[in-house]
Amino acid sequence: MSFPLLRVENLSVSFTTYGRTVPVLHGVSLDVPARSQVALVGESGSGKTVTMKAIMGLLRQPPARITSGAIYYDGADLLTMPEKERLKLRGTAMSMVFQDPMSSLNPVFTIADQMATILKYADRRLGRTRSSRDRMQRVYDTLAQVRMRDPERVARAYPIELSGGMRQRVLIAMALLSETDLLIADEPGTALDVTTQAQILKLLKDLVEARGLALLMITHNLGVVRETCNSVYVMQKGVIVEKGETAAIFEAPAHDYTRSLIDAVPRLTGGRRFGTAGVPA
Amino acid sequence: MEFLLFLLRRVAWSLLVLFGLSVVIFLIARAMPGDPVRLALGPRASAEQVEQLRETLGFNQPLIQQYGIYVAGLVRGDLGQSLLTEQPVANDIRQTFAATFELVLSTITIAFVLGVPLGVAAARYKDRWPDNVVRIIAIFSAVTPSFFLALLLQILAGYVLHILPTTGRLPPGLTFSADITGLITLDALLNGRLDVFLEALRYLLLPSIALAAATMGQIARITRSSMIDVSSQDYAEAGRAFGIPERVRVFKYMLRPSFVPPLTILGLEFASLIGNAFVVELVFSWPGMAAYGVRTILQKDLNAIMGVVIVSGVFFVLANLVIDVLTGIVDPRIRIRGRR
Repeated sequence: MSFPLLRVENLSVSFTTYGRTVPVLHGVSLDVPARSQVALVGESGSGKTVTMKAIMGLLRQPPARITSGAIYYDGADLLTMPEKERLKLRGTAMSMVFQDPMSSLNPVFTIADQMATILKYADRRLGRTRSSRDRMQRVYDTLAQVRMRDPERVARAYPIELSGGMRQRVLIAMALLSETDLLIADEPGTALDVTTQAQILKLLKDLVEARGLALLMITHNLGVVRETCNSVYVMQKGVIVEKGETAAIFEAPAHDYTRSLIDAVPRLTGGRRFGTAGVPA
Repeated sequence: MEFLLFLLRRVAWSLLVLFGLSVVIFLIARAMPGDPVRLALGPRASAEQVEQLRETLGFNQPLIQQYGIYVAGLVRGDLGQSLLTEQPVANDIRQTFAATFELVLSTITIAFVLGVPLGVAAARYKDRWPDNVVRIIAIFSAVTPSFFLALLLQILAGYVLHILPTTGRLPPGLTFSADITGLITLDALLNGRLDVFLEALRYLLLPSIALAAATMGQIARITRSSMIDVSSQDYAEAGRAFGIPERVRVFKYMLRPSFVPPLTILGLEFASLIGNAFVVELVFSWPGMAAYGVRTILQKDLNAIMGVVIVSGVFFVLANLVIDVLTGIVDPRIRIRGRR
């Protein structure tokens, strides 16, 4: 097998607050091959967000500390490369879709302003030049790609003037502004109603497939995973407890925790798929 | 268009507040113990004389009509006669207000220009040494009475170091009549008198600093907590994830959403600034309205007191109108929500 686009190897992270050090990740390893859709699943507090932040380089150190491991992007270790090199990747080659459409957009700037700013500094990091007119065109095009009707009107709006679904699409558009290879999505649409979330996930999946992007989806909802991803890593208390193809995991979950997560997916037929050990039915 | 509506609504609210202010002041003046007519005529006046003056002054008319007369006077700029200076109150205030206005204006400029960056630095380096330094500055500036600071500055800069003048608005030899706006600095610039402008600034500096310290501390603290609040928001984090440089992220993405609380505080500070200004005005012999107001209070010069209160009130309302409009510009949520 060729080297994957993103490889996390034996990553351990601990947090120190008020003099107490708490290990949060214990030797997490995961692979995201190019053009594949991978899910990292776990409940709140399982460490999936910390993993994501470590990959994006967003961990505040201190209080966080990466105690061991490596994160390879395209074969280069993000943790040892100079910060300047890493900045070139962040928000460009690897990009993030934020979770909460209500709080992830800056309330006091228009969509156009926020998107153009992202593009401006992405261009600058990569040593590209683009006129402000071209930049705006790129903003409109990207908004159109996330199936926004009337992109120019949306661009002029402030976040408060858009619906939750529209804001989530703007967040996806922001991640797609630069030529991204890896998209990291943090539970997109969780804050939205189920119908809108389904639309957002469909949109995300279509975009990822059409552009041949790799997707790392962080979620607690295995239902979402089944819709969007080919392989799954299940995380509990900072440890990867199970990994495999999505279909195989749904068919025969090996770990009790995975079974309870599958049982937690609401089903129309009622009842539970597995008798879950350790979790009261 | 949208902004015009927002502006009109704010102006309408301000007019309403001013109306309320005039009613309250009128009623307070009427509710004061003691009969102003008896007071004016002295103890030996006959009942007829009292009745006559009462009629001349309109005291026997219904309250509503008295209010009407009072407001009509206000609109004409007639604030009555001062017992203290035996001049129309409006004249006294006209002469002194500009000095106070200039002082307050330079005070808020200093407080804002220093307070906001201090707050930003404290928030950016939270719980590290810059934060602690700002905290100490904020506490000291808040607990130091402005008269103490005024005296301290006067002694230090004026008598020990001899770098800045300590009393008045201009050097005694310099004659310059500020008759455009009444603000010496502004009028000097408008007349192209750079020398006068610089002189006036030198005179303005010490009283402004003395008055600005407390407000600056307030603004630094509010800016700090507001910035910390914003920095925990997802959109501040998103800026990092999209590779926005730290400088842009802090000063654009975080400072602007944090700007409304300090602006609001500034609006409220106007009231206490006018009130506090009198001490500083007395210490620096600044010929301002605040000092005039205190003199009228000590003399129980009712017309003048009401005049000062009204002018302060109008000034406060107008200042807050400006602040309201500014917050609407800074934060679109305020004008968009108001539309609904």
